[in-house]
Amino acid sequence: MNEAYLISGMFVATFSVRYILFAAAGKVRFPPWLNKALEFVPPVVLMAIIAPAVTMPKGELWINFDNPWLLASIVAVITAFVRKDLLTTIVVGMLAFAGLKFGLGF
Amino acid sequence: MSELKTTAPPNNGAAQTSQTKEFLAGAAATFPLLVGAAPFGIIFGTLAEPNGLSALGAILMSLIVFAGASQFIALGLLAAGASIPIIIATTFIVNFRHILYSANLVAKVKHLPHHWRAIMAFGLTDETFAAVNNRYMQQGDLDKAHWFYLGSFLAMYSNWVFCTYIGLTLGNIFPQMQNWGLDFAMSVTFLGMVVPYLKSKPIIAAVLVSAVLAIVSYDFAHKLGLLFASFSGIAVGISLMMLENRKQAKSISPAKELN
Repeated sequence: MNEAYLISGMFVATFSVRYILFAAAGKVRFPPWLNKALEFVPPVVLMAIIAPAVTMPKGELWINFDNPWLLASIVAVITAFVRKDLLTTIVVGMLAFAGLKFGLGF
Repeated sequence: MSELKTTAPPNNGAAQTSQTKEFLAGAAATFPLLVGAAPFGIIFGTLAEPNGLSALGAILMSLIVFAGASQFIALGLLAAGASIPIIIATTFIVNFRHILYSANLVAKVKHLPHHWRAIMAFGLTDETFAAVNNRYMQQGDLDKAHWFYLGSFLAMYSNWVFCTYIGLTLGNIFPQMQNWGLDFAMSVTFLGMVVPYLKSKPIIAAVLVSAVLAIVSYDFAHKLGLLFASFSGIAVGISLMMLENRKQAKSISPAKELN
């Protein structure tokens, strides 16, 4: 029952954001400054998800050169800056992680 | 293709071929992006039950919510014992970036019937936005481009639900999978999405503030850390942007007086 509430709530939270401007069909226009402000949302929110995930993968702060999550993230960021291609970044980052964690036994 | 047009019955047949063509092109353009999304869906399925979401709940969530990042975050919050309203509020913030996508696309879809726009909104993921935005930026005939969108959406959707199912199955066969660090697939996907934004000082500062605060606030009561870090980062970024604008305005206005 709880899961039904959870899923319906998450559906409303997700769909409303995706739908509201399509529903208004161009009758609602954001002022330019708001468009600018909205551009901060994706990178900031994504970073708030990534940062704890890679610096504390086991629940405690682990900023060291034996943390494969952190090392592979650094590899991925460098790849993203150099290659500017999402798929390459994902593949190189995953390979780096697998190599560090399972190859080198980090 | 031009021969086909002359031999096919006028209008209807030709219209149908171009619909199918667009649909298939949309699915094909989305295919490379499925490579990143597939492990994501599998991992979501794998981690669902260990984190306290039932198998049925996981499938329904993928079918009904259809939002990778927030489904993932929801699992973490569930495991940490967060309340349902907090999980829903976090979902809202995590998905708020999609309003930017719809703001970009609305001019291209506003002429479509309402049911089309509703379906397109449901299918508006990071990946479909990337594929469709490319299509809309091309020159030429955009008459049937919504079929391209539909093809991209259904490729993502079926892949997402199928991978959730695969993950649930794998998780039952290999329970130790949850210790493999597969969650890194999400982090690396997001890192790849963040880097292209890092083009101005306010955005870089906002992202750094968000990163540090998300780590510091990890143990906040009710798992409010992500919301706190996001709002703070956005506030810092917008403040810096306004400061920069004001500086620019000041450096321009004396020049005007000289004239």
